[in-house]
This record gives sequence, structure tokens and C-alpha cells, in this order.
Amino acid sequence: MRYSAWHILKQGLTGNKGWQPMWREPEPKPAYDFVIVGAGHGMAAAYYLAKVFRAKRIAVLEKGWLGSGNTGRNTTIIRSNYLMPANQPFYEFSMKLWEGLEQELNYNSMVSQRGIMNVFHSDPQRDAAARRGNAMLFSGADAELLNTDDLRRKAPFLDFENARFPIKGALWQPRGGTVRHDAVVWGYARAADALGVDIIQNCEVTGFQIQDGVCTGVETSKGPVRAGRVGVCVAGSSSRVMEKAGIRLPVESHVLQAFVSEGLKPALPGVITFGAGHFYVSQSDKGGLVFGGDIDGYNSYAQRGNLPTVEDVCEGGMALMPFIGRARLLRMWGGVMDMSMDGSPFIDRTAITGLYFNGGWCYGGFKATPASGYCMAHLLAHDRSHATASQFRLDRFLRGQLIDEKGVGAQPNLH
Amino acid sequence: MTQPNRVTGGLINRDAALGFSFNGKSMTGHPGDTLASALLANGQKLVGRSFKYHRPRGIFTAGSEEPNALVQLRRGGHCEPNSRATVVELFEGLAAESQNHRPSLEFDLMAVNDLLSPFLSAGFYYKTFMWPKRFWERVYEPVIRASAGLGKLSMLADPDQYDKGFLHCDLLVIGAGPAGLSAALAAGRAGVRVIIADEDFLPGGRLNLESQSIDGVAGSEWAAACAAELDSLDNVRCMRRMTVFGAYDHGIFGAVERKTDHLAESAGKPRQILWRIYAQRSLVCTGATERAIAFGGNDRPNVMLAGAARGFLNRFGVAAGRRIAVFTNNDSGWRTAADFAKAGLDVAAIIDTRETPRVSGPGDVTNLLGRRVVATSGRKSIRSITLSDGLRLSVDCLAVSGGWSPNLQLTCHKRNRPRWEERVAAFVPGSDPDRGMRVAGAVDGQFTLAGCLRAGQEAGIGAAVEFGRAAPALELPRVEAEGCGITPFWHVAESRGRCWLDLQNDVTVKDVELSHREGFKSVEHLKRYTTLGMATDQGKTANVPALAIMASLTGTSIEKTGTTIYRPPYTPVSIGTLAGRSRGREFRPTRLTPSHEWAHARGAVFVEAGNWLRAQWFPIEGETHWRQSVDREVIATRRSVGICDVTTLGKIDIQGRDANLFLNRVYANGFATLAVGRVRYGLMLREDGIAYDDGTTARLGDNHYVMTTTTANAVLVFRQLEFARQCLWPELDVHLISVTDGWAQFAVAGPNSRALLSKLVTEDISNHAFPFMACGDVTLCGKVPGRLFRISFSGELAYEVAVPSRYGNSMMATLMQAGEEFDAVPYGTEALGVMRIEKGHAAGNELNGHTTALNLGLGRMVSQKKDCIGNVLSRREEMNSPDALRLMGFRPVDRGEELSAGAHFFAKGEARNMQNDQGWLSSAAWSPILGHSIGLGFIRDGANRIGGEVIAADPLRGREVTAEIVSPHFLDPEGERLRG
Amino acid sequence: MIINHPLLGPRDAAEFTYLGDVSLINRPDWKDAEAERKFHDYLYLRDNPAGEHRELWYHEQGDRSWLVVTRDTVTHEVKRVELAREAALAMGRGK
Repeated sequence: MRYSAWHILKQGLTGNKGWQPMWREPEPKPAYDFVIVGAGHGMAAAYYLAKVFRAKRIAVLEKGWLGSGNTGRNTTIIRSNYLMPANQPFYEFSMKLWEGLEQELNYNSMVSQRGIMNVFHSDPQRDAAARRGNAMLFSGADAELLNTDDLRRKAPFLDFENARFPIKGALWQPRGGTVRHDAVVWGYARAADALGVDIIQNCEVTGFQIQDGVCTGVETSKGPVRAGRVGVCVAGSSSRVMEKAGIRLPVESHVLQAFVSEGLKPALPGVITFGAGHFYVSQSDKGGLVFGGDIDGYNSYAQRGNLPTVEDVCEGGMALMPFIGRARLLRMWGGVMDMSMDGSPFIDRTAITGLYFNGGWCYGGFKATPASGYCMAHLLAHDRSHATASQFRLDRFLRGQLIDEKGVGAQPNLH
Repeated sequence: MTQPNRVTGGLINRDAALGFSFNGKSMTGHPGDTLASALLANGQKLVGRSFKYHRPRGIFTAGSEEPNALVQLRRGGHCEPNSRATVVELFEGLAAESQNHRPSLEFDLMAVNDLLSPFLSAGFYYKTFMWPKRFWERVYEPVIRASAGLGKLSMLADPDQYDKGFLHCDLLVIGAGPAGLSAALAAGRAGVRVIIADEDFLPGGRLNLESQSIDGVAGSEWAAACAAELDSLDNVRCMRRMTVFGAYDHGIFGAVERKTDHLAESAGKPRQILWRIYAQRSLVCTGATERAIAFGGNDRPNVMLAGAARGFLNRFGVAAGRRIAVFTNNDSGWRTAADFAKAGLDVAAIIDTRETPRVSGPGDVTNLLGRRVVATSGRKSIRSITLSDGLRLSVDCLAVSGGWSPNLQLTCHKRNRPRWEERVAAFVPGSDPDRGMRVAGAVDGQFTLAGCLRAGQEAGIGAAVEFGRAAPALELPRVEAEGCGITPFWHVAESRGRCWLDLQNDVTVKDVELSHREGFKSVEHLKRYTTLGMATDQGKTANVPALAIMASLTGTSIEKTGTTIYRPPYTPVSIGTLAGRSRGREFRPTRLTPSHEWAHARGAVFVEAGNWLRAQWFPIEGETHWRQSVDREVIATRRSVGICDVTTLGKIDIQGRDANLFLNRVYANGFATLAVGRVRYGLMLREDGIAYDDGTTARLGDNHYVMTTTTANAVLVFRQLEFARQCLWPELDVHLISVTDGWAQFAVAGPNSRALLSKLVTEDISNHAFPFMACGDVTLCGKVPGRLFRISFSGELAYEVAVPSRYGNSMMATLMQAGEEFDAVPYGTEALGVMRIEKGHAAGNELNGHTTALNLGLGRMVSQKKDCIGNVLSRREEMNSPDALRLMGFRPVDRGEELSAGAHFFAKGEARNMQNDQGWLSSAAWSPILGHSIGLGFIRDGANRIGGEVIAADPLRGREVTAEIVSPHFLDPEGERLRG
Repeated sequence: MIINHPLLGPRDAAEFTYLGDVSLINRPDWKDAEAERKFHDYLYLRDNPAGEHRELWYHEQGDRSWLVVTRDTVTHEVKRVELAREAALAMGRGK
């Protein structure tokens, strides 16, 4: 069923009884051409595989419910404001896909490009912001350098007067913004399902069928499934799943907490990040301030964090914009992040033929969803990398080709 | 003004009156009132508008679970949106406004949404607003945003203060109802260190809201006596107005104590305190929250939970209605009828969904069994109800009870799953909520008062025994027998109107059905698709009925359907409280250099360097632009002598028999041959071969070294060295201590630096006796012990002199005094930066964690003949490509143009895109010595391109400069000055 | 979280800085014929288990001890805490 205002009108007048399930609930078939594990980035991959690369017989296996992984647990920010040449064109590709996503999927995932401002607080930070902003422009993205006057106009509520680290300006990307995260995976799922992709929820992959270095399928909680090619897109569970194929990854799993306040009338102009601490914030369409900061910093699969990080994040928030002191934090949650050794992801073949890996997104995977899915689909379909993801290789540390935006080295909890 | 609905009784002080206002209307209440009870007493039934349909709403509960009665409290910067009237303590002068309406609470134009509700069902927005494409951000979204949200923030900085504190105890009792009080008393009397916390200002929990008696006295009296005894025990801390909001690892709890929220002014005291509680054992006695039944029009003002209706009556002496009806599926609802009848109020009927409940009500009240409320009428307050048999009753309040849900949130914060208990038709905590955590009372499905008192006492005694204390069992207090029977009933299916589940977010039964129809069947999907339970009340009264309805739609059990994950906080917590005092200038500690006072007196401009404040430049009279000051400082230093406080550099004292071997392993270049009395520049790599830090290390004795690091990396390098010492090479005899704060250190730079220092230093520091890269202990001013290092960052003849920190400020003054004859200047970080760029030294912009020794032009320093951190992985292929980036100098071909850091390099004539990107300009400065702009930057194959021209493109700032590639050493490339 | 420091007793984890897997103690021999690959595996590849994990913590806001903490990454329960120096010697460092 195609969604439209007309349909809403018609259904509204007839008691909304005619809406159909957004996806089927099939049982897994014995064999597929492509099996994708994980319905976050994997859902996007399945959609593009079917739509762009015209593949058939595709299944997406999801351990929990659709969107139960990090796609449904993030602060919903999209941006293409990277520095490294291996990253920026990829994220700009993703941004372009976001910009057409709703029409492409016939699903309003509320892509809201209200801008993102990275506030900086020192001359060296300004220099770094300028280098990054220029890199953005050279990749075809948009960027502006705001001085404090510009910033006062856009965000008069920042602490300009009494800050421990005075605000010197901001790097501004007008096309940055937010997307309703759950709606992304629902939109992809609905569209993929319509193209014949089998989405199988509550189906955990328990092992891989590997013979002579070739992956021929997976074992699941719903029985074995044969596959021509298997793609793994399981974010925080990357190490756990790939270990079943005997593969060790340059990845650690960490917990990232995120926060949302009670609903409030519009207060923020877009996404704002703090440069003298770790704090980023935006406001959802419902009015909640959605914010976050550092990961807790220790290996964890617990999907929950601890109090010191909560305090640290709120300290950053109050230092940057002390008007939020009387807003109340409503909910905090934790997701498991697949922190890679240089803070950048992998979309690559593995040592096992027919087994492909997508992961290492750290806590920046959400914004990459469309491009990650597209490039993963390209890799699965053609057995070679898409141009914008060609550097996201698993062997890059062996070769010494680091994609380390932050410049902190092989220390996952600092990326 | 009178309080028309105030009746007798209650725990309020009727001798005092408190004036307050609601939407500008003056009203009065009494100490002991909440805003909600005072509003009801004044007859204010309509208090808010719902989130989506802007439906008129009244007070629904008497506690922190309130979904409807949200107000803007206080004014100006103190304004607090979304405050639940049911927990706001009344104070004199309180000002509250209702929220989420235009133009007024009584007449809200946005209520047009209610008429459009057939088209605004769950998730409707996912299906539309897509055409034309540009309209989403320009038209639809702004409209949606403006109509969504609830309260308004003032946009002013929060004027209040917040504190943080730490508490330790043997036993933390959470909740001071009958179970919690009993437990705390039993454990407290046995000598256990107890903290008991309750969110209310009055301990007692439901005892204050019910009419039950204990040992012949009113429950509230019994509670007050318990609290008084707890207050009298030294080993017990009874904390009121304190919400334990989260359970974290290893017995740590987060709690908020509201210190001044109940006062008109905070008067300089902290508004709230964030407590981190470390508890050996915890006992959750958080009680239970009543839930509603979904039926047509169940959202009208004065449709209220039954426990709240009698709570207002018993605790506050407020009659929510003069003619009420009770609609219940369980025994507890009958108590409301009994209490109202006893107070002489008219009870129209008790409507029980059960055919044969084993409970009896007040004699003269009509019992309508096996019947249901199917519809209600009334706009700003309920006026009548219609039953399943067609009977219509006119009422002004409907008290509803769908049963009780234990407040088990804290037992699930660590992701333990609750279990469904059929006996009470509710989720109760799983068998092992958490190590060290126990539960007692209603939270455990123990819904009778006798049961709560017994369970509490047993748990208190149990805790005492665990702590090795004798705790004799006491005689249990006597209470009346009561029933707690329930037959689950969630939804009146024959209702034709909308049946609300989540009152705040306007989620109805139809939305749950739609969610199911469209494939959103898991509870998490239900929540995310319909927004059920995502409002400020977190669905405390709504979630269980909704998931029960979903369970019936999917044909699975409620237990299997499960709950969504409970996460902190239990009730919302102010962001200001979580930040505490770490805001404004107190956001992070400020470190001052030893000569800060001197520099401040001299009028220095300071700049943040990490947590340090450093002098950036020292303006003198007549200088109006920073460049004038900086140029003067550079020129004066290079011509004569300048002095700079460099204390912020990290200093690490390294001693031990193996100190030499240790240094040789942590630095990439060789240190084995460093002689006593000599300094060497050292480059440190990370294990991944990237340049980490640089600095100098001086050998003061055979087994004694002092290392300097950059300011930025002082902490990190020290950590790394401790790691190397303890974990990588534990066999080495080497000891480290950070002496950054122990020594004040000053750079004395310029051709006259030796002449200046000779006046102060006792020892011979001639070029012969104390050559370039010499170091040693010296005596200053005839008595002060110091250290002198002949090292240079500026490229001039230069020294760094260190004295114990306490001499730092006077040392600066003394140096300046001694330098008067040379026209010595103090210089700040800007001049330091200009001089290091002129000299071609890398600093933070170059040592940015991306660059290798090779990139920095220091490739040959990395020894491959020894084991040292980083050398193996620095050999990797991609890090050694023939055209690798090299640090070079740049100057504008047109000397009048200005280079800017952050520009990227392109070959002339090539398109400005990422494929053609050749590197970037990392640092730029105006060189007052050379009289033009200069820069350092990284460019591909730079070493072989000296003399070539490139474009430095900075479109971000609209600049493009043709630059010549030159040696990074703009000044004195042979180093003659510093050796002179 | 609370880490029971072998010398100082229970301390809040906020006093510590986290590094990672205890295998970071096992720094390879720089003279090994396959030194580059071994250092790569040492520095970049991690077991990253869901369950018991031995890991390095540094008591930065305290006595500067490096500790080896055995902790469950699913429940966060701490099972054992040792001084890293002793653990390193036990693992054969310093021979």
C-alpha cells in the first residue's frame, strides 16, 4: 500500500481498519542467495541489494525485534562533517541518500536538516575546524565557519559570558540534522519486504556453515539456512558473531549512554556539540532534548551504563547551555558500540569466502545507515568495495593505513 | 477565596493559609497541601491539555506517576516546565501556569486536533508530509514542533545552585511506607547503619492516603511515630524529599534530594542535591502504583484513580467530588467508596467488573456488579457516566481502579526481568533482582497492610542478621483484615468512544490495535510506534493495561508479551542536579602557573591551555591590537631577551638503576649515550608508530633524569610510562613521579639570556662551561636551589631555569628585574608560538595524533637498532609511502598575502576536490622578523619540492593563496644562534 | 562500579582510567621475524568476550597502580583484582 495523505483521509473515515502490516512475518526458507545478519544497517543493505542491485532471494535475520539494535538506540544525528579523505566522501554519500530517503521509501522518517554546529573554544580548535570544514567543501558537502557574532544570533542561549572555556566560534553544517531513528529501519523494512526480502525477526544466528574456507550458510535459532553469500551487520555484537566464524576483529564493545529530557516547546535550532567537553544535543519533533556524550569507557555488553558518565554529560550540557538546568532528564539508555581501533568502520570481505563483514561503527553508525547499506549491498552483489567505502578494509592496520579522525590511536574507548 | 471542596480531616495545617495562583487566579491552601490538592480544594478540575489532541485534562493521581496535571512552576529563570502538581508542595506565593494550549486552558484552538483525531492515529506522520519534498522542513515540521512539546524553558541560565554528595550505609531502604518503615526500624534498632529515603515530604507512603489504623491509631500517626524514632537513632538517616532514581553497579544508587523546592526562595542554598549512595545491602519498599481501566471517555477531568480520590480525602481533606462513582476490578476500589461515604459524601454507585467480588461496601451504597462504564460525558469535568446496561448516572467524579502495579523499576535497572504474578494480576520483581538487593511490601505483590508490615520487619531483621547483629522479632502491629482480590480487566470492549491508555501522549486502545494491525507487535515496537509510555510519567499507570491488550490481540500471555525495559531515572531528574557545581567557570578546575599573580599584575591576557591558564601576551600602554604586543615580544626576545613561564610542560622525575634502559625504550631515539649533565631532545611514539609527544630529558645524575613533556600530553605520557614500567617491563628498577607542580620553570631566551642569568646564577654558565644542551643544579640569588637547562624552543640562545614552585612568582619578578638593563620582556604563548613556527618546531597542531616521525621530518630519529615503543609498527607499508606527507615551511609568493591554518594544498590549475588534495597548512603566523606571513604544513613528498609553488586553498574563509614550499626552519636553519 | 584495589580497598571506578584487554601486557619480541604482524595482532586484535574479561585499569586519581581486573562484561560483576605488575611477572614479563 502506497502511503499518502489521501490514504490517511480514506482510512481515517473508515476507522483505520484497512491498514496493512508493514512487513510479512515469514519463516526462513532453507536457502537464499543472500543472508544478511542484523536488521539495522543490514535492513538498508537488503533494500539496496534488492532495489539497486536487482538481487533476489534475500533474507535478513534479526536476533530481536526490528530495530532492537543500535538503529533504535542512538541520538539520531546525521552529518557529513568528517576530516579524513577515507571518511568524508562516504558520509557525504550517505547524506545525499538521506536527502532522498523519504521519497525513495515512501515513508516519512522525518529527515530534518536543521543544521549541526560544532562549537570550538580555542585557536588550535579553530584551525582544526577550518581544516575539516575545507575538507567538507572539497568533498562536495556544505560547511561554514561561524564567529561568535554569528553564533550569538543562532544560539543566543550558549554560555558566552561565564564559560570556563570561552566560545570562539563553530563549524556549521546547514545540511546536518536528525532523523527519526526507528522510522529509518521501519521504512527500509517496509520497502525491502515489498521487494520480496524475507525479514525474519527473533532469529538468532548461532553459527556459520563453513567448508574449506567457504561460507555456505548459517545456523540459526530457527534452523539452518543455506546462503550464497552471508553479510554480517551486527554492530555491538560484531565480535560475538564473527567469533563463531573464527575471526578476531580489531573491535571492542563498549556501552554508550544516551539521554532524553521531558518534552519541551522548541528551544534548539539544530544539533549542537560542545568542544570543551563531550556533549551533543538536539531536540526531537516531540520536544525532548536528545543528548549524549562519552562512552562509559570500559568493555561492556550490558546495554546500560553508570552514573559518573551521566554526570559528566550533564556537566558538559550545563557548561555549554545553562538554561537546560531546569529541564528534566526523562530516560537514559545504553547501547553496545563496536568501537574499532581507529574509530572508523569496516565494510569488507573476510578471510572466509562468501562471508562479508560490516561493523566497527563506533558510536557514529546511525548517520551512515543509508551509505553503509548501499556499500554493503554493492560488496555483496559484486564481491568488491563501492568506491566511497574502499578504504574501510579489515587489513588496514596491517598495512598502516589508519583512518583515525580523532588521532588517539589504537585505544577504542577514546574514539 | 474559599476552598469549596475542602472537607474535614487530613494532615494539613488549617491554622495557616498559603496564597498561590494558578493561571493568574488567586487561591489559598494550607501547609501540607500539594499544588494538586490545593487546586482540587479550590474547585479547579481542569488543569491541563493533553499532548496530541489537546484534550482538557484534570488531576488523575496523587503522586509522582501523574500524567495530566503538569504545570509551569515559578517565573523567570526559575521557571520549571512540566512540574507535576501532585508532588509540588504548596508554598506562599507559588505561581503556576497550565501548559500546551493556545490561547488559554479553557479555550484551546489546538483542540481542533481532537476533531481530526481519526486522521492522526498512531504513526500517521510516517505516512504523509512527504510532498512536496521541501515542505517537510519548511512547513510541516515547524508546525508539528510548535504544537508538540509541553512546557516552555525560560531560555535563561538556571539561577539555582546544585550540590553533590556521597553517602555510605549498610542498608539502604527505598520507600518509607509501611514496609520500609518497619524494615528500617527493625534494622535500625539492631544498630545497622541505615539510610531510608522517600520521595514524599511526609514519611508513611500510602498510610497517609488511607484510612486504615495500626495498633488502634491512624496509619499516618503510626508512620509519624516511626519516622520520629528513626530520626532519633544515630545510626539511621531518614531522608525526606529524596527520590532514589537509579540502581547502578555494585550497590551504587543515584538519588536526588530536593532541598528548597518547597520554599518560595532558595536563598543561596542548593536547590537539590545529587547523592551517590554506596549501600552494602538495599531493600526496595517502593510500593505499587494504581492503574486505570480503558473505557470510552476515560480521560475527562475528574476521572481519577480510586486510590488518589480517597488519598486526597484522607491526607488533604479534599473531596475530589461531591457525588462520585467508583469503577473497579479489585477490592481496593471499594475503600474509596467507604471513605467517601464515611466523610458524608454522596457515592452514586460502586461498579465492579466482577460478578461476585468477595468484598462489601458501605451499606447504603449501590453495588453494580458485573457491569462496566462504557461512556462518560462532560467537557471540563465529568458530568455523567453510562454503564454497560445502559444505566446513566450523573456524577462529578469517577474513581477508577484497574489494580495495582508494583513499583519494581529499581529492581530492573540492571536489566533483570520481572515475572507475572497471577494472584495480583501484576508484574513483580524477578526472583533475584540484584546482588545485595531485596524487596518487601507491595512492590513484591504484598498488597495488604498486614503483609507489608510483616515483610518489612522480616527484611529488616534479615539485614541485621546479615550484618551480625541480634535483632529480636517484635510483635507485629495489629491491623484490620482486608481483601486484595482482583480479576484482571483491562478494556471495556463495548465502548464506542476512544478509550485512553496513555493519557499524556494520547494513546488509545485503537492505537494499540492499529499498531498490532501494522505489524508492531513486540512491546518495544508498541512503545516506539504509538509513543506509549514515553511521556513524562513514563507510562506508570498505562503500560501494563496496554501490553495486556496487546497480549490479547496476539493471543500470547502477558508474561510472554513482557514489559519494555525499565531504565533510570525512576522519575525525571533535573539536568542541573546531575551537573552539580560543574558549570560556568567551575566547569573544570583552573590551574594557575606559579607566576600567574605577577602576570596578572602586569596586565597579561590569559588563555586556556588544557586546564591551565597561561599568559597569552602582555600588552603595554598604547597597544590596541594583540598583534602589536606579540610582535613586540618576539622582536624584543630575538634582539635581546624575553622570559616566559613554561611550568605547564609536564615534568617527570625518573630514577633507578635501570632508568637509562627505560628511557631508551620509551623514546624512539637513542638515550643510552646521554651523559650526566646533558639534555637530549626526545621523540616518543605510540605503539602504533604515530608520533605521540616530544620534549627533552636531562640526565641529572647516574640514575636520575628529569623528562619534560608537552603541556597537553603531560598526564597521558605519565600514564603511558607507568604502564611501561609496571606492565611491560616490571623487572626494571625505575621509579617515576610527576613533578610538574613541584617546579616553576621559565624560558629565558635571546642573545642576552646568558648575560641576564649570569647575574643570578652562582655557577659558571659560559658557553664553554655550560654549552648548548647542558644541564645541572645551580644556585640562584646566592641561596635558592635551582636547575638550569640550556635548551631552546625559540631558536635563540636560551635557557630554562627551574626553581621550587614556591619561588616561582618572585623568580619571575627577579628575572625581570635582572633583565631591566637588557630591556627584557615577558612573553606569552602567542609569541612562543610565533617563534616556534619561525624555527620550524612542531607543536600540538603538528603532533595531532595523525602524523608519523617521517611526516614530521624526524624519520631518522626512530632507531631500528633497539627495542622501543612504536618502532616496529612505524615500519608499516602505508606509513612509508614514497610521497608521504612531510612537514614543510610555506610562505606566500605575494608576501602581502596571509596564510591561514586549515587551508588545503592543491597543485596549480587542479580542481579543488579530495582526489587532488595534497596536504594542509597546520600552523600559520605573522613573522615580525621576516615581515610576512609564514606557515608550517604537511604536503606530499614535501622534502623534494622545496622552491615549488602550491595553492593553499581555504574556501571556508574565502581565501586562496599561492605559497612557496620552503624549509620549515625559517630562521637560523644551521642553529648558530642557539649554540652561540 | 567499585573496584576493590588490592592495596587500598574498595574504590569507585571513577578514580580509574581504563585501558583494555590484559593481553596488552604481552608485548611481542621486537626481534621476531614476524614482528610487524605480531605487533599488529597484539595492538589491534581483541577477543572482546561477552562474559569474563581480564582488563587493565589504572588508578590515576589514586596511587598510580595499574591493576588487572577480572570483570564480567555482561553483568559488570568484578571477580578478581590484582596488581598488574605482579600479573605481568606471572605472565612471564621481565624474563
